[in-house]
This record gives sequence, structure tokens and C-alpha cells, in this order.
Amino acid sequence: MRIEDIHQKLVGKFGSNVILELKTGVKDPWIEVIADRIADVAKYLHDDSDISLDALNDLCAADWLETDPKKKNPCEPHVEVVYHLYSYTHRHWCKLKVKVPRWKNGQPGSIPDVPTVSGVWGIADWHEREAYDLVGVNFVDHPNMRRILCPEDWEGHPLRKDYEFPLEYHGVRGK
Amino acid sequence: MSLTLEDPRIIEFDVRTDEMLVNMGPQHPSTHGVLRLLLKTDGEIIHEVTPHIGYLHRCAEKIGENLSPPQWIPYTDRMDYLAAMNMNLGFALAVEKLIGMEVPEKAMTLRVIISELGRIASHLVGMGAYGLDLGTFSPFLYAFREREIILDLFEEVCGARLTYSYLTIGGATHDLPREITIPPGLAQVTGRDPNMRLQWLDALGMFLDWMPSRIREYHTLLTQNAIFIKRTANLGILDRDMAISYGCTGPVLRGSGVDHDLRRDGEPIYTRMYQGYNFKIPVAPFKDQGFGKLPKEVVLGDNWCRFFVRMMEVAQSIEIVRQAIDRYSKAPGEYRLPFKMNQKLPSDEVYLETEAPRGQMGFYVVGDGDGEPFRARAKSSCFCNLSVTGPLCQGVLIADIPAIVGSLDIVMGEIDR
Repeated sequence: MRIEDIHQKLVGKFGSNVILELKTGVKDPWIEVIADRIADVAKYLHDDSDISLDALNDLCAADWLETDPKKKNPCEPHVEVVYHLYSYTHRHWCKLKVKVPRWKNGQPGSIPDVPTVSGVWGIADWHEREAYDLVGVNFVDHPNMRRILCPEDWEGHPLRKDYEFPLEYHGVRGK
Repeated sequence: MSLTLEDPRIIEFDVRTDEMLVNMGPQHPSTHGVLRLLLKTDGEIIHEVTPHIGYLHRCAEKIGENLSPPQWIPYTDRMDYLAAMNMNLGFALAVEKLIGMEVPEKAMTLRVIISELGRIASHLVGMGAYGLDLGTFSPFLYAFREREIILDLFEEVCGARLTYSYLTIGGATHDLPREITIPPGLAQVTGRDPNMRLQWLDALGMFLDWMPSRIREYHTLLTQNAIFIKRTANLGILDRDMAISYGCTGPVLRGSGVDHDLRRDGEPIYTRMYQGYNFKIPVAPFKDQGFGKLPKEVVLGDNWCRFFVRMMEVAQSIEIVRQAIDRYSKAPGEYRLPFKMNQKLPSDEVYLETEAPRGQMGFYVVGDGDGEPFRARAKSSCFCNLSVTGPLCQGVLIADIPAIVGSLDIVMGEIDR
């Protein structure tokens, strides 16, 4: 099944206020989904026998903030969570995107919420912990929302574009 | 095979043991690097295993956002440092997909030779180290003798022995060398004069002719060894659904019976490299594939199957390299297309997975019109394979933990990135 057909089925099931856009004209087309409903959409994609996207190849987040003032067309600041799905049954793939504001309620320091998909794919547990750790996205209802790569007492989220490297960590001098 | 407390073999005379937390690693020799497993045990029986990772974390993805793609290639070497060539290839292909570059046939053939040799070298370490985990020392030494010859050949190709940075965007940094002095290891095992001069491809051919007889030795030493079978068969059973749900890939997935290999099933930019090659994809339970008879203790998805998939892949890779050697001399085109150090990347994003020895290594590259990628993400196959340790190790004995973790064949440099 092509991603266009998956998009058709999703719009039929959830409506166009949940399934926002099918982005085409790029190398890997993607479907943008509203953040609050991503867990339901993921469950449907996993369980539906025609689609049956049983594997989560990759889950990652990206911080869209242009820090270079010389850039002509700065992007709208937001955080994206990208899901790369694959079906071993039908051998097709799908790419989902969720966009959330960089900070919850516009307050710097409070990271945005996205529902977890760890109940759908087992590997999402670790991938979401990594996205939380490095980019700073809070996955709501995740069973174990802790840092995975950085130490537990690390401050900040290193892959944020405005992240500042700590000057000191437990007596070790930084930058 | 999982044991419970009610098992009469464990508890005699109704004596109870206490639950205990034990740290295994990060300096434990059989955790394959700096992996820490927090074990909750009751006597010898594991109740829970929690892997703690990140001891080798250097945020390679952040570094990737500040370097141009050719500059980040050396960092991909240091992810899976046992298969650095395959890491280079994965990232190079992802960038080529982003900029829409298709390398000529000569570069493709060269890449097939190099990356399949990398797979052989990597699986040899995996096999030898797995023997070490289970307490047999000799296979490790044999594996390193063979790997040494591959490393010598790689050294002639690019000067490095571990972190090559050889396969790069557009092809490879150099063409294959022509005349070389025979690698010392190869001269020794084939009884040639150590000062002999020969073509690089001929030296490679000599190695490939000699290698299959070694594989038969490994099968005698390990695969069909009664103790080895006792330690690996019917243990750490990973069923198909769990393997898919936990994102296991590569030999771990094929050991659980899923017939999926990106060299055949991947995206066109990757599979076109392998078009026209004749090779089999070993998948457990190895029926009708000409891989011989299995020991009767073996169960689909156990440690033994994962190990056997790797051993069979070595034999298949030898066949692929043989075919690639024949093609290389006739292949048209250049070994490299130009890619400038500061070449601008288009405003687009791609995700590409390739079949690295340890599983599907994915690179997600986002360009925004600059020379440096806006986001460079490396999805590690070992990271996903390791995540299955927790469910897999419930109810086993402590001594079986190295057997299970070793069968996943992890490299911490890739997990922690």
C-alpha cells in the first residue's frame, strides 16, 4: 500500500482535523498528525490488517529553531517527532510527523507533551526515552520517562538548538 | 526454558533465598563494552534485568549538526567500530539519497567488496567473542587470525585498520590498490614467500579460497560442539512478534524466523548495489536452504539460531565478494563522484536504512540549504536489539546472561553514539 492510500484510509477513519496533511513532493512523503491523537492513530496503523505497520523502524525528534540571524527564511520554531514505520507483512512503509510548540504554554523550560506509543511498539519505550533525553519531549503515559543516554542529573536537552553546554559538571570543567 | 522458585532442582528442604540487586558491568568482560546490567536475582535465578547504557555517549548527533557530511564520516566509524566500513556506507548512501546522487557501477562494485569484507570481519569477532563469553578461548584466536588478513587488506586500501572513513559520499576516497606485498598472515597460512608481490584483488581471491575451510573448523569447534549447544540451544528464545515489536533487526530478526534482509528488500538506492548477485539469505529454522541438519535441541529464535545465522552469512558474503571481484575489472565508470566539502544540502529530509552486520542501521538526515545538516540522526540497530534483553532474561540463570547478551552481538559504541 502506498502512503497516499494509507492517508486516504486514515482521513476516512479519523477525519481531516486529526490527520492534518500529506506532504508530497519530497523524497520521503509524510503524514502530519495532530499531537493529541497520535497514540490512537498509531494503534490503528498497527492493528488494521490492510495496513499492519508492525515495526517502528525509528522514532526521533528534531528541534526546529533557526539560530543563525543571517538566514533569509527562518523556520517557524517548533519541535517535531518523526515516526518511521514499516510493515513486515505487506512490506510497505509510512512516515508520520507530529508538531508541537518548543515549550509548553510558551514557558521556556517546560517541555511539550506528546502521547506515548510505547503500548503499540515495544521499542518505542527506549526511543521515546532517548527523544526525551536529547531533545526534550515529554511522552505522556510512558511507563518509565527517564533519561537513557545522559546521566540522570544532567540538565537541559543537548539536541535543542539553543542548548548551552554546562560550564561545570561534578567538578569537571566543561567548555 | 525458564526456572521458577517452585522448581525442586533449585530449592531443597524449603530453604528460601533473599532477593538481591547485583550490578553486572560496566567493567564486566562479557558485557561487550561498557554495558551495565542491573540484575534482580533470587539466588541464581534472574527476576528482572535492567540495562543501563550511556557510558560511551558523546552525542554524535549534535556533532553531526555542526559538521558537513564528509566531515561526519569519521564519526560514523566510531559508532560500530567493528564494522566501520558498513557505517560509512550507511551514512554516505543517506546523503546520496538526499542530494539525488547515483554512484557509477564501479563505485558500487567496490562498495560491495568492501562492505561484505567488513561483514565477514565483524561476524568473525562476533563469533570469537561469543566463544569467549561461553568460556572457550581458542575460536577467538582463530577468528582474529582470519580477521587480521582482512584488516591488512583494508590497510592497503585506505591506510587504517579500524576506523577507515573509506567509503564516502559519492563512492570511496581512493580506488582499490593494484600491486601490494602479500599480507603477512596470508603468506603464513598459504605458505607463500612473505616478500611476494601480487595484485590486491588476487590477494583477496587467495584469502577467499582459503576461508571456507576455516568455516568448517568453526563449525566443529563451536556450532556442533555438545557443550556449546547445551549453553545456547533452547535458551533466550525470542519469538517472531516480540522481535518485530522490539525493533530487532539483522541476524537477531532472521534468527527468529523473519525472512527480511535489506540487501534484497531495502530501498532501491541500496538494493541496486546487490542486483545480479547470487546469494542466499539464511533464515531460521534453515529449512530447504542447504544449510545442513540442525542439532535436535535447537528451537526457533534461540541463541544458537542467532549465532548460526551469522556463521551462514559469512559463507554467503564470501560468495558475494567472489562475484564482485569478477565484475570489478569490467565495471564502467569512476570509483567516485565529486562531492565538495562544503556542498549545500537541499531543504529536504531522508531516512535510509542499510543492512549492517548487526542489523539495520538507519540514518535520518535533514538538510536546510546549508552545508551542515539541520538534523543528523543515527538509529542504531544494537540499541534496538539490546532493548529486548529485559524480557529475554527473565527466569534464566545468572550464568546464562552472557550467553543471551552475547548472542545479540552488541557494540556499545553504536548504542551510546
